[in-house]
Amino acid sequence: MQTGTLKQILLITDGCSNHGEDPVAMAALAKEQGISVNVIGVMENDVIDDQGMREIEQIASQGGGVSQVVYAKKLSQTVQMVTRQAMTQTLQGVVNQELKQILGSSSSMEDLPPEKRGEIMEVVDDLNETVNLEVLILVDTSASMKHKLPTVKEALLDLSLSLNARLGNNLFSLFIFPGKKNDVEKLLDWSPRLETLTSAFSKLTPGGMTPTGPAIKEAISYFRKKRSIRGLLSRHDDEFYEESI
Amino acid sequence: MMMNSMKNPFNIPNGTVIKGKWHLQSYTIVKELGRGANGVVYLADWNKKRVAIKVSDNNVTITSEMNVLKSFSKAQGVTLGPSLLDVDDWVLGNKTIPFYVMEFIEGVHFLAFIQQKGKSWVDIFILQLLADLEKLHEQGWVFGDLKPDNLIVTGPPIKIRCIDVGGVTLQGRAIKEFTEFYDRGYWGLGSRKAEPSFDLFAVAMIMINTYYPQRFPKQQDGLSLLRQKIEAIPELRKHEQVLLRALTGKYATAIQMREDLLDSISKSSLRNQSRALKQKTTVSPTPNKKRTVKQIQPSTKKRPRKHSGIKETIIIFMVVCFLYVLYIYQQI
Repeated sequence: MQTGTLKQILLITDGCSNHGEDPVAMAALAKEQGISVNVIGVMENDVIDDQGMREIEQIASQGGGVSQVVYAKKLSQTVQMVTRQAMTQTLQGVVNQELKQILGSSSSMEDLPPEKRGEIMEVVDDLNETVNLEVLILVDTSASMKHKLPTVKEALLDLSLSLNARLGNNLFSLFIFPGKKNDVEKLLDWSPRLETLTSAFSKLTPGGMTPTGPAIKEAISYFRKKRSIRGLLSRHDDEFYEESI
Repeated sequence: MMMNSMKNPFNIPNGTVIKGKWHLQSYTIVKELGRGANGVVYLADWNKKRVAIKVSDNNVTITSEMNVLKSFSKAQGVTLGPSLLDVDDWVLGNKTIPFYVMEFIEGVHFLAFIQQKGKSWVDIFILQLLADLEKLHEQGWVFGDLKPDNLIVTGPPIKIRCIDVGGVTLQGRAIKEFTEFYDRGYWGLGSRKAEPSFDLFAVAMIMINTYYPQRFPKQQDGLSLLRQKIEAIPELRKHEQVLLRALTGKYATAIQMREDLLDSISKSSLRNQSRALKQKTTVSPTPNKKRTVKQIQPSTKKRPRKHSGIKETIIIFMVVCFLYVLYIYQQI
């Protein structure tokens, strides 16, 4: 069986967007194209206000992903947990859809007796381990994120460690918003290893607006761009995956 | 689809009766035993027996933990985790809450027990744990989230058991659940692939943790910090070689680590003995001055000392044998 690819956007932020398109709408747009959006809110001494909380939850729920608000020191654990949870959620959604086709529209995994559920879960677990994964990471680098960035960097390295222990292949890509000139700036192109971002990350100078919506929009188009390039250079893409093993 | 499960923790009042939708068993909640990121565990009454119930709104967690417990109960000799009794759904209004029922493991938490009964139990528990891990690894599993919070001391006869199987992972896959301090990935000392050496790293960290109950944060060079912490405590220093080998992934099996630890225990008891002997000889010079004659015949003096040394060795050997027999007996 050929395994598919899961696509995720991982948004790391510490507050409300204040520039450009509505991020919740952009998350909905991502979901329509088979990309799930996960959001992690990072707090340190500051606390994220109600509005920010609501936005974080809404982006994830519209984007078919998972959200979590944590203190910076818990970030590493959370990033990898949220990513894996979202993978399971997506896969379970796919399996549920299949079940509906087989068993009728009213059936879902929850309606089955626990024993059958266990068997299906084993399939989901297998897929979770072997499926290819593409994660586009969007990091908020507005002024308030300044002292949280070292923690974010560490959490991303930790994520790469966790995901690269899987049997399936991973590709990561990293964007920051706002960028130097544009709303969004690419820091790392698709790569199986996140370790390469270390040097780029320490040179960042946080500041400016929080254009969360435009960032998600740009991320979606980056997934699309990749797909079209991949159609042309499929062999090159294979090499890419080999590196990750 | 399920959204983030950790935001709505359960609060089931004591006395609530949980009735299963599929198997129609009733469980009366007695009290809460503990809660984690993935659900709450309650003590409950079932036909006048005490059982533990794990309730979670995360169907995925419940189902995959159930799978693990089920395969444990099929496998012979895996006594590390609790045995699975029932899996079912609880219908509450329009909500369906999945749960599973397991054996209630009664006892004291590992670190609390060590605090009450003394550090002399540490080595024994680690030996027990390593023997159990060996069996678990033989069945193709890795425990994953091994930490003192998940270890409970039951008895008599006193025995260490694990209570949370949420991290149990098939070998070769990525570890499902872990805790930073006991995770070699966090310390930069290895991958998060499920291999026996992942668990053995955690065992070494548990040993260190018993002497540093507050734990300590990571620094740039993880290994040298850990070495420093080991060398600062005499009880850890005597097992330094074993600990460092476990921390750097040199052990492929739990049984190797167990044998080395046994060696290290017996060597350190011998060392203690010789230290005791040295003390005896340093005390002796004063009577020697008075009886110069005896100094000419040192051989006669040595003999009884040797005898007592042998006696001590025999006694220690017998104690170790006795403990081992107890342990074997328990296994049967």
